[in-house]
Amino acid sequence: MAFDKMELKDIEVWDGNYAAAQAMRQAQVDVVAAYPITPSTPIVEGYAKFLADGYIEGEFVMVESEHAAMSACIGAAAAGGRVATATSSQGLALMSETLYQASGMRLPIVLNLVNRALASPLNVNGDHSDMYMIRDSGWIQFDAFCPQEAYDLNLIAFKVSEDHDIRLPAIVNQDGFMTSHTAQGVKTLSDDAAYGFVGEYKPMNDMLDFEHPVTHGVQTEEDWHFEHKARQHNDLMTKVMPKIQTVFKDFEKLTGRKYTPVEKYDMDDADVCVVCLGTSVETAREVATEMRAKGIKAGVIGLRVIRPFPFFEIAEALKNVKAIAALDRSSPNGAAGMLFNEIAGALFNTGTKALLSGFVYGLGGRDLTKAHLVALFNELQANADAGKVTTKLQQFIGVRGPKLAFL
Amino acid sequence: MAKKGWDEFEIGAMLRTFDGKIDNIAATQQEDRAYSQNSSYTASVADWRLIKPVFNKDYCIDCQFCWIYCPDVSIISRDKKLVGVDMDHCKGCGICVEVCPTNPKSLLMFPEQADEESVIANWPKKDEEEA
Repeated sequence: MAFDKMELKDIEVWDGNYAAAQAMRQAQVDVVAAYPITPSTPIVEGYAKFLADGYIEGEFVMVESEHAAMSACIGAAAAGGRVATATSSQGLALMSETLYQASGMRLPIVLNLVNRALASPLNVNGDHSDMYMIRDSGWIQFDAFCPQEAYDLNLIAFKVSEDHDIRLPAIVNQDGFMTSHTAQGVKTLSDDAAYGFVGEYKPMNDMLDFEHPVTHGVQTEEDWHFEHKARQHNDLMTKVMPKIQTVFKDFEKLTGRKYTPVEKYDMDDADVCVVCLGTSVETAREVATEMRAKGIKAGVIGLRVIRPFPFFEIAEALKNVKAIAALDRSSPNGAAGMLFNEIAGALFNTGTKALLSGFVYGLGGRDLTKAHLVALFNELQANADAGKVTTKLQQFIGVRGPKLAFL
Repeated sequence: MAKKGWDEFEIGAMLRTFDGKIDNIAATQQEDRAYSQNSSYTASVADWRLIKPVFNKDYCIDCQFCWIYCPDVSIISRDKKLVGVDMDHCKGCGICVEVCPTNPKSLLMFPEQADEESVIANWPKKDEEEA
């Protein structure tokens, strides 16, 4: 192929955006169609620059909206190319219609979603409203807690998504600014090693196979639609998680970096535990270690895979815990939080007597401080000691004004 | 088409036009192509039609206007000669009649149940005013 390879140091100082762009370069993505939006802009900008500088053989399609960006990605994926893009927040909201098209058409596309709050009020900072909004869209969802993981999970996402048993698009989440714009040391793979891991793109039902013409995106009514959706759900429930586990193992063999769908930290003997996503996982781990020094057996669970939801893995991880906090960085707007509900669903019908409480925090980029987490672990310990949830089931952390608690 | 279960068809909102591999499709007439059951070519939508075009070859000059303009590729032309209308796919829109330049027209719309032989026997005469 006519492109230059890039010499990388073993450890480069990259932010999450640049790490994702480098992974897209190393995977030699054929088509990126994008409508840049803060804070994800540098990802597609990075791809465009690598392309212009001759490091990629591909195509960058500038479009008029995020709806068009994902539509062009769908067309390119149906044609038979390796495809990726990036977006955030409002951009994802505009894409949402086409996200369901992509997954229903079983097209492997990797979307870097740099998590950002949804307006109104308008806000460019990180929370998980966008991630939560499209959780039923049929995409596989990974979550990176730091730039290293944004890099690794991109490579992993292509390999899972493009597998012919899977053929489902995948989102790699990273926290807006906290990950996307925070430079850290990132252990790199050489171009050859990274491409060797992801592998050559293997087309399936591609429109450029002129000897086998196909129509993509057909209409079905009540006589066929249900079967198509059932097939997609079946594959998400039965095929994707085993494939992710296999790819995680392959990646560990190659790099020594180990990933699991449910990332456990000090969970072996934990009495109390926080379950959360994104950069909060790293803060919670630090505080959990400090709590152990104070005699509280604290642990942390970070979800590496959000869809398909690791139902049994999380039930197993939480089975001996006495008090659990589910941290949701998105306003549920009239319900319990997503993680609260999913964890409650996973634990119900099991023998556990764990106490579960939910917390809404960090909206619009509001910091989750170590002090917040210290108070949270202490409260969980109080619940464990009392043998019941001593507060309301849903509380808000870090918001000004009178204390908010519901349910 | 057989009603298959969720595990019995290819994944994706995707259908194949032909059974198996195709070769030199441009030089193969429609009736000789291996259209799959999923192709609309194998499905009749004749019941969408309320009025139908009748072709009277006595007046046709084989200009191919109807073949070019038909939005459903339902005018059957062979060796640049109009041979008839594909009544499984014609929706009765009447565009072929609109664009027909002969006097009288070589295609006219009639009720679906009209008898073809008798309407051809009673075909309108040349319109002298228009001529």
